Amino acid sequence: MNIHQSFITFFNSLIVQIRQLIRNLLPPLLAICGFFLLCGVVLILRGQNPWEFYATIFISGFSSFDEVGSVLFNATPLIFTGLAVAVGYKGGLFNIGCEGQLYVAAFAATWIGLYLNLPSVLLVPLSIGAAMITGAFWGAVPGFLKAKFGAHEVINTIMMNFIAFAITNFLVTSVYKEPNQMIPQTSQIHDAAHLPRLAGVLTFFPQSNLLNASFLLACACVISCYIFLKYTRWGYELRLVGNAPEVAEYGGINPRAVTVWVMALSGAIAGLAGVADVMGYRYRFLDGFSSGWGFTGIAVALLGRNHPFGVFAAALLFGLLNKVALDIELILEVPRGLFLAGQGLLIIGLVCMEGISKRNN
Amino acid sequence: MILDLIPSTLRMTTPLGFAALGGIYSERSGIINIALEGMMLIGAYGYVVGAQTSGSAWIGLSVGIGLGVVIALLHAIATITFRAEQIVTGIAINILALGLTEYLIPTTDRVPGLPEMELPFIGSYSVLVYLLPVLMVTSHILLFKTPWGLRLRAAGESTEALKTLSLSRAKWQYFGVILSGVFASTGGCFLTSEVHYFTEGISAGRGYVALAAVIFGKWHPLYGVAACLLFGFASSLELANQWQIPDQLIKSFPHILTMVVLAGFVGRSRPPAALGKMES
Repeated sequence: MNIHQSFITFFNSLIVQIRQLIRNLLPPLLAICGFFLLCGVVLILRGQNPWEFYATIFISGFSSFDEVGSVLFNATPLIFTGLAVAVGYKGGLFNIGCEGQLYVAAFAATWIGLYLNLPSVLLVPLSIGAAMITGAFWGAVPGFLKAKFGAHEVINTIMMNFIAFAITNFLVTSVYKEPNQMIPQTSQIHDAAHLPRLAGVLTFFPQSNLLNASFLLACACVISCYIFLKYTRWGYELRLVGNAPEVAEYGGINPRAVTVWVMALSGAIAGLAGVADVMGYRYRFLDGFSSGWGFTGIAVALLGRNHPFGVFAAALLFGLLNKVALDIELILEVPRGLFLAGQGLLIIGLVCMEGISKRNN
Repeated sequence: MILDLIPSTLRMTTPLGFAALGGIYSERSGIINIALEGMMLIGAYGYVVGAQTSGSAWIGLSVGIGLGVVIALLHAIATITFRAEQIVTGIAINILALGLTEYLIPTTDRVPGLPEMELPFIGSYSVLVYLLPVLMVTSHILLFKTPWGLRLRAAGESTEALKTLSLSRAKWQYFGVILSGVFASTGGCFLTSEVHYFTEGISAGRGYVALAAVIFGKWHPLYGVAACLLFGFASSLELANQWQIPDQLIKSFPHILTMVVLAGFVGRSRPPAALGKMES
């Protein structure tokens, strides 16, 4: 009888859990389906064959290890920015400033890589650390302004974006510009500061594959964020402040202090997206290198329901889209802007579904 | 030297002022409007498309405002009818506008600008420059001296007030958001009518600066436009750079000013009580 009963309880709890999982996964999946359907409709309206589009996505994303590696490479910065937005969101803050944070962080990493001549074991952590600190500072300023004066972080992070673009643009076009070059970029950083490519170890990737150690860093970041949010005291404080700041205050937590360090943490993670580009791919700072990763990070975080593993999955999807966008632009002549517009619609669809389900509960 | 800055200050203030007025209508009705940026961008784009195909600046203005209304309607449907998170929706609309205008980028041919009128001693300006103070005063009267404005503000002050009068809060919020689309896209039209062509991301954060001006101006048309004048002045400094400060750095001066102003004044400026709140 006992066995029978416990089996029923187990079964019931399983059903509840599955139901919860479906409820969590349904909106993003619907949004993704809607996105692809919309792409198809647009293509039909343009007089093109939508099946060719779907086939191109599949071929250009999955047909070989090389393609899969490229997808992961394209997903790497988005994992960082998505995580950064998600961590802020969990703490009740909108970090729209990832784009600026990753630029200043990338510049810090470049500077260390250019001017310090140290062995790899020191130089790599030092560059990454410098980038994270710079990103953290760039995020902490709006956090501080919010905590101290109540100034809205959305406006301030956006203002910090513009300031970051201006400062890095100034530095790279005047002070640190590569000599005798027209392109606004710095010289190459020391070899010791490079993050190795995975093709060197994983031989099924061709040597030309760009996937590098920054992807492993991103995976580690996903897992650390998961553990941090779920199992540590700080993670608990962060979520409590995000959900119910008054309750947090009763519980002896200072929401203002949390606001500052959450923004700093978010900025530090966003900064790693800059590291991925400078130390893993270009080995230098190029003006305007990010193709809107900070903004795509918002879509990634929302699509991943602000859960680290969800963010990882969503970043892979957007990495796939970014990668195939290039091929599609070549094959089907569908420009990048259409993808950006699609991302906007995807976010709107998602928040609408969330709003409806909140109202119905 | 200060006198030299007047023309550029007026030109910089006008788009901000229109967007700020739009922001005031939306936020007074209780809907947070981060989407001002996207509305300006789509307005700027619509102006060029309309003026390009018809050859008439007025048709350009109409197309710009029309597109602004469409995108405002999208914001309204999502946030009011579907109760979507208002800030995220606004950001999404900005991304959408950026993508759409990049995808369908119009020709780079010069398009006609809006007609200009001569002002003694300080030069000739687009009609929109003259329209701004008129609309500022009209908005003030409309919002604070008419029953219409009282209801719009009631929607922003309380989730229940209009219900007790058996009026629909949603209807007034739709009004507010659509008006914000009209105003913000007019500001965008001004941008392209001045430079005569469209470039990617021409709004360059002005929507956000305008939103800061709304807060700085206490959600009040007169103060809000006055705040824009300050930001307009800050932006005009980049055109009159006599101090050998690098271009890029002086360009970010209005952005730094925005942050300083927000930090200094946000505590003292009270937002509409039910801003961003939806009845449960």
